[in-house]
Amino acid sequence: MAQHQVNYASSGGLPVALTTVDKLINWGRSNSLWPLTYGLACCAIEMMASGASRFDFDRMGVIFRASPRQADVMILAGTLSKKHSQFARRLYDQMAEPKWVISMGSCANTGGMFNTYATVQGVDRIIPVDIYLPGCAPRPETLQYAMMMLQKKIRRESADMKKNRKQRFV
Amino acid sequence: MRRYVPKDNVQKRAKYNDRFWVAPQVPRLAVEDEHFVSVVRNVSAVAKVKDSYVELGQLVLEIEPSDNIAVLGNLRDECGYSVCSELSAIDYLAQDGEFEIFYQLLNMKERKRLRVLTRIAEKQAIESITPLYDMAKFAEREMYDMFGIYVNNHPYLKRIIMPDDWEGHPLRKSYPLEGDEFASWYEVDKIFGKEYRDVIGPENRDPARIDRYDTKRFARVGHEVPFGADASLVDTTDTPIEYSSAPLSDYQGGQHKVLEKRK
Amino acid sequence: MQEPNKLRPFFENLNFERDDNTMVINFGPQHPSAHGQLRLILELQGEQVVKALPDIGYLHRGVEKMAENMIYNEFLPTTDRLDYIASTANNYAFAHAVEKLIGLEVPRRAQVIRTMLLELNRIISHLFFLATHALDVGAMSIFLYAFREREYAMDLMEEYCGARLTHSAVRIGGVPLDLPEGWLQSLSKFLDELPEQIKLYEDLLTQNRIWKMRLEDVGIVTPEQAMSWGCSGIMLRGSGIEYDIRKEEPYELYEELDFDIPVSDRCDSYGRYRLYMEEMKESIKILRQLIEMYPETEARLMAHAPRYISAPKEEIMTQNYALMRHFVLVTQGMRPPKGTVYAPTESPKGELGFLIRSEGEPYAYRLKCRAPSFFHTGILQDILPGTYIADVVTIIGSTNIVFGEVDR
Repeated sequence: MAQHQVNYASSGGLPVALTTVDKLINWGRSNSLWPLTYGLACCAIEMMASGASRFDFDRMGVIFRASPRQADVMILAGTLSKKHSQFARRLYDQMAEPKWVISMGSCANTGGMFNTYATVQGVDRIIPVDIYLPGCAPRPETLQYAMMMLQKKIRRESADMKKNRKQRFV
Repeated sequence: MRRYVPKDNVQKRAKYNDRFWVAPQVPRLAVEDEHFVSVVRNVSAVAKVKDSYVELGQLVLEIEPSDNIAVLGNLRDECGYSVCSELSAIDYLAQDGEFEIFYQLLNMKERKRLRVLTRIAEKQAIESITPLYDMAKFAEREMYDMFGIYVNNHPYLKRIIMPDDWEGHPLRKSYPLEGDEFASWYEVDKIFGKEYRDVIGPENRDPARIDRYDTKRFARVGHEVPFGADASLVDTTDTPIEYSSAPLSDYQGGQHKVLEKRK
Repeated sequence: MQEPNKLRPFFENLNFERDDNTMVINFGPQHPSAHGQLRLILELQGEQVVKALPDIGYLHRGVEKMAENMIYNEFLPTTDRLDYIASTANNYAFAHAVEKLIGLEVPRRAQVIRTMLLELNRIISHLFFLATHALDVGAMSIFLYAFREREYAMDLMEEYCGARLTHSAVRIGGVPLDLPEGWLQSLSKFLDELPEQIKLYEDLLTQNRIWKMRLEDVGIVTPEQAMSWGCSGIMLRGSGIEYDIRKEEPYELYEELDFDIPVSDRCDSYGRYRLYMEEMKESIKILRQLIEMYPETEARLMAHAPRYISAPKEEIMTQNYALMRHFVLVTQGMRPPKGTVYAPTESPKGELGFLIRSEGEPYAYRLKCRAPSFFHTGILQDILPGTYIADVVTIIGSTNIVFGEVDR
């Protein structure tokens, strides 16, 4: 925010704050991240716990939405099986830009302990991932920290989505 | 020469076997329990019982595959085995060219459990037990999906767990744990199309592997390059391992990892 | 078959447009109240379901295949991820099956700790059921209340084994750790507080008009259906059949404990909800008895069977033979005798059993996980037709299915 010395009392007008459009838009985006309730496996239980009474995700402006059309962040919580993979991609496609992805838990990151025929070995094979969150299952605090990291990342990004998209691989 | 790996059983085997070690057998006791004796007598009246014994408190009946409906119907109606808890198969194709199918039954009044075993050849089908137990509607589909055993007169015999267009039957011993080529490209073929195989590249099955030319996801400590930089910029020289003469832990001082001293 | 494009996506040969009056609805696999990745294909006549087809397998991870490629101790943490709401129940079911196969006698203190953890997990699981079921039906505040109590129970689990969700707290042959100091005190404090909270939930729900309208006579499972579908646990007892494996085929310490088995003959979701509440109260009763049992036991945690189980850490560090055995057991794994075992246990969801066929190798030849939820998903295709679309979510919630277990 602006650092100018303005004497609001004497100048009599509205308080003036100077900032860039980038910062203003990113401030808005980063403080109301609405994730999609995309519970796949065990991590979904921790995702629910982080939204429930003790951890209370709402205070960070995070409200779970059931529809991909209303969501900004996709939290892929759990093992993504090959049978499910096309649905994950379809849900990602249905989300409106700007959108981010958190891959929660080792299964989503790399396939984890399930190095088998039925598991996608890392969701970054089918959708671009912003934050990788380790743990099996990660604690709710870890998920909240990941959300804060994502907020940091969004504040660093340009508000122009075309510029950002160049950095993503799909 | 490379060691020959049998193709009919690609599951993990013990690397070392003691040549004097003989695996013991869980005791198979003669049928002496009053209830079990009457069950064996009842079942023998309707079908041929090849073998019957008690293993770990549960009666085991070995029957012919063609008798399964008759035997299970008799067990349900006459002997009170009203619940079928589980049915599935065990792959013995490598040894005998056969599947072993088991039906695990429960008698709630007597609190007894028994297992009916039967063996079928690889391409032989078995009669569905859906008229007797509804749970077979799901369990037999799973057996078909996992082993490729056809079940006659099943109302809806279709893959249940794997996708409909899946190739192979995963629980067969000839199917590797990591899957075949079809399995490893399944999601790429399905979502992006076969031509994207080259773009996306093969699966990375080792989570500890780091591709040093991949400048989008990983950075080598001490050799960082900008995000998405050209691969030619990547410094490929190995980092020499340095040994520090200063101790990492000061046991007398009670402090661990004294990094200042190390510097 | 459809020609898939962006506007008409590909839906596995499903014909959504019918000539007759029925409408086909695709429910899932990503649906907030499907309890995971259940996909239902519903045919509707007006608002009534005329045909339901559960489509599962969206969380298939090949656990049974992994069991054939892992030594027994290696496989134990994988069982955590089956029914991830009550992990210890899975660990125990697997360890129990292997112990039965090799004929192990578990020390009494380990039995006390195991039974405690099992009952604590039952409470955790039932609280979770209540929270999600109430959320699906529309009672949001119950979700927050039940999760609060669940966190306290999870704290106890965390204090014992260090993990919140995936415990691996039971090992083959016993338990790895003794109870930490002060754990029993915090447990009894938790048990003192829980009945009040259960009373709060019951006050909020049991006589609540909306709750009763949503649950009563919804999702009727007749006793014949329940038996034929292999239902177990509360799905079976909710249909008036009294069969609890803890009582009928007792394992661990359940023979010595005094507890009742609640049974409801209402056959509907409301009866099942009442059973969950009653079972929690019974678990509290069991845990109180176990707290008194604990101090009388001697401090041995793992069974003594040098052929199958590693010796305690002190012996490994001091005795040569114990170290050698430990090395062999860790690198090669134990080799149980040839044979087949099926050991049923009463998990919070129902009858959970592992059928293990051993060929004398360190790897199981075949491991079949008999998961209760698998059959409770199957029964949906029989109980959903005839109900209204608004009740579908209630019925799914009251079957209490967990997809790690259904798809394995």
